[in-house]
Amino acid sequence: MKTVSSLLDPEWYERYKRISKLNIRSSIYDVTDRCNLRCKGCFFFSSNEHKAASEEKDVTKWEAFVESEMGRGVNLAILIGGEPTLCPDRIEAFYKRLPTFVATNGMIKVDRDRFPDLMVGISLWGDREDEILLRGKDTFAISSSHYAGDPNVYYLYTITPKQLGKIEDNIRRIKDVGLKVHMQLLSNDEGIDGFSWQPDELIAVRAEMDQMLDDYPETVISSKYYHQIITTGIMCGRRFGWMECPSVTDSIDQRDPRPKRLTNFIRWASDLKTMHRCCTSETRDCSTCKDGAAHMSWVMVNKRAHMNSSEDLQNWIEVYEMFAKLYRYIPW
Amino acid sequence: MNNNLDQTILRIAEIIINTLKLEDVTPETFEANLDLVDEVGIDSMDLATIALVIRDEFGVRIDEDDYPKLTTLRIISEYITEKLQGEE
Repeated sequence: MKTVSSLLDPEWYERYKRISKLNIRSSIYDVTDRCNLRCKGCFFFSSNEHKAASEEKDVTKWEAFVESEMGRGVNLAILIGGEPTLCPDRIEAFYKRLPTFVATNGMIKVDRDRFPDLMVGISLWGDREDEILLRGKDTFAISSSHYAGDPNVYYLYTITPKQLGKIEDNIRRIKDVGLKVHMQLLSNDEGIDGFSWQPDELIAVRAEMDQMLDDYPETVISSKYYHQIITTGIMCGRRFGWMECPSVTDSIDQRDPRPKRLTNFIRWASDLKTMHRCCTSETRDCSTCKDGAAHMSWVMVNKRAHMNSSEDLQNWIEVYEMFAKLYRYIPW
Repeated sequence: MNNNLDQTILRIAEIIINTLKLEDVTPETFEANLDLVDEVGIDSMDLATIALVIRDEFGVRIDEDDYPKLTTLRIISEYITEKLQGEE
């Protein structure tokens, strides 16, 4: 029988041991239905998720809700929106109780006196030209001035087909402000012309992402296997889609057979009662979903599928390490 | 007691091998003290599936809160044996 220690040399086995007991139990929370930007292609608004529920405004109810989530076993809160930084009291309800990550557009600076080590991921959709086209303004100029050098912040760089050949410019400017970056791919939910991935573009972007990891290993938090998975949508001979996705809300998951999935995962709407279908858009075609978190989770929940060879298991470890770094379970 | 435990270990090994479709191992060669999570790669979903088969076969319900401590064949078998003895 293949066992972990039979597949790994001592160095890799040590890396494996470092992550094997982490037991991360995350869920995702819409903190608000509002945002201070309206980006073309934002799934939250394009699929009307901002209308799915009326946000809870009583912060004591948020505090009680977080306590109940902890009782459900959640040990990592991922806050999305709308724009979470519009509601710092709600962020605080999580932050005081749980390891908490906030996904933000960076237009509002998180108060570091109040949230000294809050994990922050800033969305970036490309260079100045694309940012203005898709988001109405050059967000990097603002967000980088807010967070330059902050050790608990990284950029979530959503690469679009228009960025081919220009990725390095963005990686370099992130490096120059002393921050890290994680790369993901745009899912073109609003069908904007020229922003849907074509097969040759996916091949090209994978090569470019690999090159960035080679050239900027201190800046880029990623793994080549993740690049492979997200650009091909194929893992261990299986194709990503609804019947494979690990990030479906647990209590409404009626799939049969149930695939490997995140334990107890729920994506909550901001009324603290409504549950969204999954970690991203309810109207998205799962066969074209490029969601980075869903794809890395897909790898992570399928450990045994990666126990066919040493290379497979090392790939699995690298993706798990990437996730653990993004949420500060292990150092960058 | 030991004989019962040995028999239970063999049967649980068979359940795990069949449920997870493990290759190159038999109930007799499945090491009872091997860490199922760290070494075999079993996760909580696998354990939930195994727990259902155990419930059907032994009539023992494994509490989900107990999953983290059920790390080896021997520990699972002792857990079941103790539960069955508690019912006598």
